Amino acid sequence: MSNEHRSESPRPFRPDIVAFFCNWCTYTAADLAGTSRMAYAPNVRIIRLMCSGRIDPQFVLAAFRQGADGVLIGGCHPGDCHYQEGNYKALRRYKLLRRLLKSMGIEEERLRLEWISASEGEKVKRVINEMTEELRRLGPLRLAPKPQARRTRLVPVAGGVP
Amino acid sequence: MSKPKVGFYWCASCGGCEEAVVDLAETILKVVDAVDIVFWPVALDFKRADVEAMENGALAVSFVNGAIRTSEQEEMAELLRAKSQLIVAFGSCSHLGGIPGLANLHHQAGIFRRVYQEAPSVVNPENTVPQWRTEVPEGTLTLPVFHDTVKSLDQTIDVDYYLPGCPPPVKLIVGAVMAILENRLPAKGAVLAPDIALCHECPRKDSKPEKLLIKEFKRPHEMLTDSRQCLLAQGLLCLGPATRSGCEAPCVGANMPCTGCLGPTSHVKDQGAKVLSALASILDSNDEEQIEARLDDIVDPVGTFYRYSLPASFLYAHPSANGGPQP
Ligand code: SF4
Ligand code: SF4
Ligand code: FES
Repeated sequence: MSNEHRSESPRPFRPDIVAFFCNWCTYTAADLAGTSRMAYAPNVRIIRLMCSGRIDPQFVLAAFRQGADGVLIGGCHPGDCHYQEGNYKALRRYKLLRRLLKSMGIEEERLRLEWISASEGEKVKRVINEMTEELRRLGPLRLAPKPQARRTRLVPVAGGVP
Repeated sequence: MSKPKVGFYWCASCGGCEEAVVDLAETILKVVDAVDIVFWPVALDFKRADVEAMENGALAVSFVNGAIRTSEQEEMAELLRAKSQLIVAFGSCSHLGGIPGLANLHHQAGIFRRVYQEAPSVVNPENTVPQWRTEVPEGTLTLPVFHDTVKSLDQTIDVDYYLPGCPPPVKLIVGAVMAILENRLPAKGAVLAPDIALCHECPRKDSKPEKLLIKEFKRPHEMLTDSRQCLLAQGLLCLGPATRSGCEAPCVGANMPCTGCLGPTSHVKDQGAKVLSALASILDSNDEEQIEARLDDIVDPVGTFYRYSLPASFLYAHPSANGGPQP
């Protein structure tokens, strides 16, 4: 999947969401939502990390470049992070990332952060459904196509460098 | 054996990289002794046709500076690729898109409007703007096509090595030339500079606290800068932690924060995201409102985080640059 080459389909737009979930809370909650058979929109790819503080902003931008219409970050509630302050770090990065996205012509709403504890399976469902609605309203993310780095030699080198 | 032939060329650049070659001072004599410079438009009177007449691979190495914006630059890059055994992307613009790459925030029409109509130094009552083709009685005149976006050199042709910097530090240039002459280059695709963050070679690194936390971001004109303490610790947006070393931190030496011209280390794919990450991490606040207020002090996030690397970044360009919705 890629945001550059996706053809328009006649079916209603089904946004792709990449979700980075903390192992200790939101991921467990998503699991709970799954085992208790709560229905949430099926268009989410969940990536588990040990803490929301591990989410490198590069992951978020790479997700957008590789086809995500939205990125969801889920972490432990303030004060509950297993590594003390990881979620606050995630919060600050998220705030700054939203500003960056806006300057780059991408709607800030495409990036969302939610605190979801392990018992809040219902909240996982609600947030994902809300976000899906929001992204439907925004439509597919259209990034400027990025030229690939060229990696083919035009001249075979005989004997290497002098 | 005849001396290896070398070419220099410039694309979308400011001329500073050519200046860096001159900065080699007497070292350039050693270089000139060892190689034959057969193409260097800024200094020697050889033309494109002279390069076209060469055999493929006749040049041992071409150093190409500048980003790629026009069809002519693309053609020259491709021509030099065919004629050269090695292509070295020389300087930030060629390496990552550089300052000209920030134009990827704007669309072509907006750039032309600004440059040929609105700029305070411009008088252009007839609204003359460059045309790709113009018919005159004598025939058709053409100019290179100005593309929608700016690319790095490796987004145009295959590049063998990169000499980073704006412009590349003399020490790195000499090191690269020697490595080529002595045939001890690293694996293809390498950036010819140490693969470690600038802070490691910064003279102020000892004053950078182990666990750095800052209350607010500042700009150099808003404060009296201490000339010994780590600039980041003083609240200045110093990009040393997210920038490759190799320059010996001349900017910090002049009491100015590093703006990141050497690009990231090989472990980082998107320099701006790394800068963003580092700055967000050290901001000493857990309160949402306070965080927002502090972030207001970063007035130009793209220009600060991607000063030299927007075309190489994940996001590449503002969608409007490619005809998407206008800002
Ligand atoms: S942040 Fe800047 S001033 Fe501080 S050690 Fe790193 S390069 Fe030097
Ligand atoms: S200190 Fe930073 S901006 Fe200055 S030359 Fe070095 S890498 Fe470039
Ligand atoms: S452990 Fe869950 S956010 Fe840090």
